[in-house]
Amino acid sequence: MFLEIITPDEKIFEGEVDHATFPGSKGSFQVLNDHAAMVSSLGKGDLKMVITHNKKTEETHMAIDGGVVEVLNNKVLVLAEHVEK
Amino acid sequence: MANLKEVKNRIQSVTSTQQITSAMKMVAAAKLKRAQDRITQMRPYSQKLTGILQNVSSALDGDIENAFGETREVENVLLVVVSSDRGLCGAFNNNIFKAAVNLINDKYSYEQKHDGVHILPIGKKAFEYFSKRKYSVVDDYYDMFQDLTFDKVKKAAEFAMEEFREGNYDKVELVFNEFKNVATQIVRTEEFLPLQSVVPKDGEAKKKDVDYLFEPSAQYVVNELIPKSLKIQFYKAVLESNASEHGARMTAMGQATDNAGDLLKQLKLTYNRTRQAAITKEILEIVGGAEALASNS
Repeated sequence: MFLEIITPDEKIFEGEVDHATFPGSKGSFQVLNDHAAMVSSLGKGDLKMVITHNKKTEETHMAIDGGVVEVLNNKVLVLAEHVEK
Repeated sequence: MANLKEVKNRIQSVTSTQQITSAMKMVAAAKLKRAQDRITQMRPYSQKLTGILQNVSSALDGDIENAFGETREVENVLLVVVSSDRGLCGAFNNNIFKAAVNLINDKYSYEQKHDGVHILPIGKKAFEYFSKRKYSVVDDYYDMFQDLTFDKVKKAAEFAMEEFREGNYDKVELVFNEFKNVATQIVRTEEFLPLQSVVPKDGEAKKKDVDYLFEPSAQYVVNELIPKSLKIQFYKAVLESNASEHGARMTAMGQATDNAGDLLKQLKLTYNRTRQAAITKEILEIVGGAEALASNS
């Protein structure tokens, strides 16, 4: 699925990921391929995404301070006000 | 006729002024580019946010409660006046101040009488202007153009929103310059709070027929989104003004450079004329002297 993370100042990340974990306002949750359409608000916390590159899986963590995530047709869009890499 | 040396000095000083103004023009052009980039960077965020907001509010069928939409009897007003940090940008700042003062005199003269109008200046120029005069100024947020980021602007927006929610202000208005093109800025007054409609006007028409899951609930998401969208509206105003400032400075400095060029042309003409006159005078004297000698012998 395709993940996009944008803030008002810049585009933080854009690309294919295997799955990603988000810090929802009411607890963290994971989004896999073919997830149903969803809009969720995010709280402060850790965003994890996993990318497979040449059979090697790579995990990336980012700290975000609240935002929203929209999942639609394997496109995941994260709008956050501040992201710490 | 002017003194030769005086004219020469004048030419020198005008030339160096011209160098400065043309350098400032180029700096402004570079900064304008950066300011415009910021606007383009912000645009996807703002568009997507509006998109999500539309989806959510259509799911709620317009039945949205929010603390920022409350219309109250206006007693206390906060005016956010966006100016620049530096001068030498033509009438840019003056236009803003004039618009703000007119707004106070026309619309809020009653509130102004019992000190109900507060000003939140953004940019050093507005801070200086309003604190020198008899206005109540909120002076915590004016310094943000040095290294402008969303985080800094956010704080000012959050202040305005928080004070509105607590009932300390019944209305918040933005006064800023809108960037039309490099040479044109339009002074705009925008009602920031109370919020008119949750979904921004530009694009209410399209509705997506997707059944979204809302986590934790649609109402919760809307309540999260509204402040975000307000902050973006605020940020947009600041960015527009920032781009306008550099545009205005570029035009002003371009004109100054042209004027200096015209002045130089005239000065050079005067210089050459004076030089010519001096030479002619000298020759006349020599010829006169020679003739006097010849007639003596």
